[in-house]
Amino acid sequence: MPGLEDLYREIILDHYRSPRNRGELESPPAVRVEGFNPLCGDEIVVTIDVEDDVLADIKIAGTGCSISQSSASLMSAAVKGKSLAEVRELIGTFRQMMSIHESTLPSDGAGGGSSEAAEPQAIDIDALGELAALQGVVKFPVRIKCATLSWNTLTQGLDEAGVPA
Amino acid sequence: MAELTTHTGGGPALDAATLAKDFPLLSRKVNGRPITYLDSAASSQRPSAVLDAMREYDETTHANVHRGVYGIAEEATRRFEAARTNVGRFIGAPAPSREVVFTKNATEALNLVAHSWGRSNLERGDVVVLTEMEHHANIVPWHMLAAERGIELRWLPIDDDGQLVLDDLDAVLDGAKVLAVTCMSNVLGTLNPVAELAARAHAAGALVVADACQAVPHLPTDVSALGVDLLAFSAHKMLGPTGIGVLWGREELLQSMPPFLGGGEMILDVRKDGFTPNDIPWRFEAGTPPITEAVGLGVAVDYLRAVGMDAVRAHEISLTSYALDALRDRFGADIRIFGPQAAEDRGGVLSFAFRDVHPHDISQILDEYGVCVRAGHHCAKPLMRRLGVNATARASFALYNDERDVDTLVEALDAAGKFFG
Repeated sequence: MPGLEDLYREIILDHYRSPRNRGELESPPAVRVEGFNPLCGDEIVVTIDVEDDVLADIKIAGTGCSISQSSASLMSAAVKGKSLAEVRELIGTFRQMMSIHESTLPSDGAGGGSSEAAEPQAIDIDALGELAALQGVVKFPVRIKCATLSWNTLTQGLDEAGVPA
Repeated sequence: MAELTTHTGGGPALDAATLAKDFPLLSRKVNGRPITYLDSAASSQRPSAVLDAMREYDETTHANVHRGVYGIAEEATRRFEAARTNVGRFIGAPAPSREVVFTKNATEALNLVAHSWGRSNLERGDVVVLTEMEHHANIVPWHMLAAERGIELRWLPIDDDGQLVLDDLDAVLDGAKVLAVTCMSNVLGTLNPVAELAARAHAAGALVVADACQAVPHLPTDVSALGVDLLAFSAHKMLGPTGIGVLWGREELLQSMPPFLGGGEMILDVRKDGFTPNDIPWRFEAGTPPITEAVGLGVAVDYLRAVGMDAVRAHEISLTSYALDALRDRFGADIRIFGPQAAEDRGGVLSFAFRDVHPHDISQILDEYGVCVRAGHHCAKPLMRRLGVNATARASFALYNDERDVDTLVEALDAAGKFFG
């Protein structure tokens, strides 16, 4: 059984207590997207300004648990000012970090038989910087949805802004 | 089964620690600590008597019901129907063998009502009255009917103490065809005045549908005294197995209702040009029913009856009172407990907000201490919006919980507060 320190790393608690980029950008021109976690009722609002090929600004609003709030805060700090291609790549890497471990868990309805999880691909943890602190979340499967909520909402925002996947 | 102490001079009506020994799961450990199971409002644990009876039935008697002529098929049918009658008697059904319909769960029972009675009795513009504290299971089937039929949903509001506001009840009920109300809120613990509501709804010409999921496991329940027309509950919240729920309905009302799902069992005759539905209650039980589960439910009812529902209720008032005091004494203004503030006015369900720590985080830390509580919206999002929260943490009691469980909860909550400082 993983310990709480795997989940609640100091960086996570810091971003939970002092969230970065809180608020909402004026929309329009900003793209505004809402995300919901049906498990707990948490709601998140992501507003983004896309200028040329850059994610010029991002704000996070809404409420949630420490994992969803810190993940959103860490995400906002990591993607702000980055090129759209870099943002898409970072989202992909983050999702991979979450899904690698998801795939090694017994899958729903698999009847408890041997897992057919694909070989985990190596991911570039270094590229994630502070985001790597969220790695421990995957040991608490129920909380993965908390961690990925803001990322899925950002992806939806990029799609709505017409950013190529 | 464990022996019960007699209720004398306001002392404990039952010995929870002794009863807990009947529940195998309660002897396991969580994260190296004894389990403190405080989520019985979501699903209760099962005593050995229930688990043993289900296994014994499976090993000695199982066959399909209402079909075979051979011995064990008759025996299986007899045990299945005996469970039905037993459940009916437990809730005071006037015709227990005909008024109890076995469903998959309480949700299916409420869907059955909306689908069968609703579709044959409600038309565009008809009014269904709900309350702000309903579980989604008593909301969404009516929403679906509203989308299909154009019926109107009206909502009885609650006050800040979590009680229904009945000042405008007659106006809300005016012209209503249905009042669908929970006997006890799964979030607030509020005990609604169902008998009074039923009388006034009937005076207005409305059918009364009661969600008794939290009531039947924790309170003496008598359908005749409540005066409702239909009442739904689930086995797995009353010491029984998952996979089986109950819809009770007045005999003549069930007689008037068309089938819900179609298939085997629910017919008297099938021809190329149509079918003739079966008698009640089988008319509403298409396909092979949950037979093993019915046997388990019957034994769960026996267990509750032997403990005594008055004793269960007295124990839960006492424990809830202890918990309210313990939480307020320790945490003061740091804890906000939703719902009625007096234990006598509520069931053993405590939803709370603790400082600004999110319920998910509370539940996660509590789990480290072996304490199982629910965190989330409890399938009552309209109520969450009324309370101004996205989610709450919820501790709920059953007859096997005692004051030590509350003490452990308080200590673990204190640790969560320190952790998120």
